[in-house]
Amino acid sequence: MPRGVAITGMGIVSSIGLSMEENFQSLIERKTGISRLTNFSSKHADHIKVGEIKHTDQELAQLLGLGSAHSFTRTSLLGALAAKQALNDAGITDINAERTGLLSATSVAGMDYTEKYFQHFATDPELRKYINSHPAGDSSNKIASYLGLKGLVSTISTACSSAANAIMLGARLIEQGKLDRVLVGGSDALSKFTINGFHSLMILSDSDCQPFDQHRKGLNLGEAAAYLLLESDALLAKHPKKVHAYLSGYGNANDAYHQTASSETGEGAFLAMQKALEKADLAPIAIDYINAHGTATGNNDLSEGHALLRCFQQVPAFSSTKSYTGHTLAAAGAIEAVYSILALQSSCLFPTLNFQHKMEEFDLQPQTELQSKTINHVLSNSFGFGGNCSSLLFSKA
Amino acid sequence: MKNCYINGIGTIGIQHPDYKLLEQEPQALFARNQAQHPVYKELIPAASLRRMATGVKMGCYAAQLALQEAQQPALDAIICGTGQGCLQDSEKFLTAMIAQDEEYLTPTSFIQSTHNTVAAQIALQLQCHAYNFTYVQGGSSFESALFDGLNQLNYSNAQHILVGGVDEHAPQFDDLYTLAGNYKAEDEAVDFKNPTQGGVAQGEGANFFLLSQEQQANSYAQLLDVWLFNQPQRSIATEIMQFLSLNNLQSKDIDVLMLGYNADASQQAYFDAMAACFPETAIAYYQHISGSYDTASAYGLAAAAQVLKAQQFPAHLSYNSIKPNRLKTILLINQSRGTDYSFVLLTAC
Repeated sequence: MPRGVAITGMGIVSSIGLSMEENFQSLIERKTGISRLTNFSSKHADHIKVGEIKHTDQELAQLLGLGSAHSFTRTSLLGALAAKQALNDAGITDINAERTGLLSATSVAGMDYTEKYFQHFATDPELRKYINSHPAGDSSNKIASYLGLKGLVSTISTACSSAANAIMLGARLIEQGKLDRVLVGGSDALSKFTINGFHSLMILSDSDCQPFDQHRKGLNLGEAAAYLLLESDALLAKHPKKVHAYLSGYGNANDAYHQTASSETGEGAFLAMQKALEKADLAPIAIDYINAHGTATGNNDLSEGHALLRCFQQVPAFSSTKSYTGHTLAAAGAIEAVYSILALQSSCLFPTLNFQHKMEEFDLQPQTELQSKTINHVLSNSFGFGGNCSSLLFSKA
Repeated sequence: MKNCYINGIGTIGIQHPDYKLLEQEPQALFARNQAQHPVYKELIPAASLRRMATGVKMGCYAAQLALQEAQQPALDAIICGTGQGCLQDSEKFLTAMIAQDEEYLTPTSFIQSTHNTVAAQIALQLQCHAYNFTYVQGGSSFESALFDGLNQLNYSNAQHILVGGVDEHAPQFDDLYTLAGNYKAEDEAVDFKNPTQGGVAQGEGANFFLLSQEQQANSYAQLLDVWLFNQPQRSIATEIMQFLSLNNLQSKDIDVLMLGYNADASQQAYFDAMAACFPETAIAYYQHISGSYDTASAYGLAAAAQVLKAQQFPAHLSYNSIKPNRLKTILLINQSRGTDYSFVLLTAC
C-alpha cells in the first residue's frame, strides 16, 4: 500500500554533528550547537550566538578529498558532505544508473566568499575562480559534479522554506514519473551578509534562542546541510531496501501579507499545513508530533502559534530544534526533515531547549523534555521571507 | 495527462517596450545593454514602486502584462526563475556592509536581496495565497520554473499558472563577471555568427507567461515538454534524440530549432554541436534581440510563441540560410558555459 514517496537515504551536517548518528545523540542528550562565532570575524561576534560548525573550509575540503584548485565555497562543501552521506546511506554506488536528480536549496550560496574577496577580485587574479561561485545554481552544480551526477539539477531559493520546497518538488517529480530517484535538501553557510542582514532587522538574539517563550529575543543563525534520497516504488520493487519513512504529504502557500513579516493569523502557514494534511488524506488528529518552524522571533512564533491553533483542535506535541542548531535558513527544512524522520524511527519527542515561560497570547507549550511516544505521522514546518510557507508530512515506514 | 497552453506573454527588456518582434528589426546590440523601461506606475502602485529595484519592477510589470492578456485568471501558482536573484539589492547591502564596516545598516536592501522577492511581490500585489516558488539555477533558472508549471498543469488540477524569468544589471557585479570572462568588456565588438572573443553581450529583462490548461481563441502555442540537466550523460546529440523520441518526434519534425547563441566565442561550439543534430532545419537565434542574461531563454520562448501564433518567421530571427517549410513545431535548446542545459518543445495550436 503506497503511503507517499519513500525516503531511503539521509545525510546531515550541522552544528550538533557531522552525521545522522551524531545529530541524533545530540538531540537526545540536549547537546546544543549554539556557541560564539569563531570561523570568521564580525563586529557582532560578541553580541550574537550562532549554530556554527567548528570546522574550517580547509578541513571540510580535506574531508571531501578536494584538490587545491577547487572553487567550492562553504555552502557547497557542507552540501557535498551531506549529499554524499545520503547516497552512501541508501547504498547508491552508480549514481547515473537510474534517472537521478538533485534539487538543492540555498540562500547564501557563495556569498561568504564574495563578501570576503569583493574588493580584492580586481587586483588578485588567483581569487577570481570564486566569482562564478557566487550564484546559487553554482553550489548545486558543484555538489552534482562532486557526486558524479549527470541529470536534472536545479536550485530552489524561497528564503527559509527553500529546502522544504526542494523536498516536495522531488516528491512530485517521483510521483509524476519524471525521475526514478532524487536527492533533495539544502545547504547554507554562515556569512557576514546574513548576520548583518538579520542584525539590521533586529531579530538576532544576544543569547541562546528561546522558541515559543514569552521572553524570546530573536533567533540564532546557524549553518547546516542535509539531503534525503527519495526513490520511486518501481525502483524499490526492483531493488528492495530499507525505507526510513515516507513523505506522505506536502503543502506550499503564500502568506501574501508582507515581504518579511508573517501575518498575525498565520494564513500562509495554516494553508500550507492544511494542504499537507489534505495531500496525505489525514485528519489533524492523526498528527503525533510537529517540528515547528519556531525561529524564536517575536513575529514567527506568534504567527505560527495562531496557525497551529487554527489547524488543530488540540495542538499535538511540538518542538523547535532551532534551539540546538540555530536557524539554518535555506537548509532548515532539510535538517528538520531528518530530525522528523529520526523522531519517527526512534519514537522520541525531542526537547525544545531554553524554554521557560509560555507566551501570553495563547496556551501553547513546546515539548521541553525527551519523551518516548509512538509516532506515526510528523509534520514539519518551514516559513520564509516573501510569505513562502511550506509544510511537509512524514509517515512511518 | 492534461494540456498546457501559453495564453499570455509579458516582456520587458532592452528593446523599446512597444517593440514588435514580427514587424520590426531590433535595435543594434552593444557589449552591455540596459533595459528600456515602460511607465511602471500604469500597472504597479506608486507606493510599492519606490522601493523596487529594476528586476522587481520589470518582473511585476511583465507579470501584469501576461495576466492582462490572458484575461486575469485566478492563479494556482506563481513560479519565477532568476539566475542571479536580486543582484542590485545584494550589491547595495554588501557594499554598505563593507564600506560601513558592519555598522549603521538599514534592512531594506537586505530584505529585497532575497532571491524570491519578485515572486513574493507578485503574490503580495495580487493577494495570491497560491503555490509560490523561485528557482535559481543559472542558465536553466527559467526552464526550471517552466518545467514545474508544465508538470503542475499536466498532472494536477491546476488551471492557470504564472511562470517567468527575470535578471537585472548591478554595476559592481557586472564588473566582476566581466573580470571572470562571462561578459564582454564595454567596447568589444559583438558578432553572433563568427564570434572571435569570449564573453556575452549582457542584457537584462523579465519575461512572464500565463500557462493554462484550456486553449483560448488567442492562445499563442501549446507547450509540449521541458527538460533540463547539468551535463549530458554521453553527448548532447544522444540527449536530444532521447528527448525527441520521448515525444514521438524525429529531428525532421522540428520546423525551427531555436538556440541560445550568445556571441561568446568560448560557447559557440556548444551551440554548433546542437545545430549539427539538425542539418536540414531552420535555426533561429534571439539573444541579439534580448541581450544575454541567465533567463534570456525566456525571451526565446516568447519569440517562438509569437512565431507560432502569427505563423510568421521574420528574417531577423534566422541564424542559418534554411527557411522553415512550415511553422508547427519549435524546439528551444540552451546551455550556459557548458552546463545548465535545457530543452523546451512547443507546437502551434
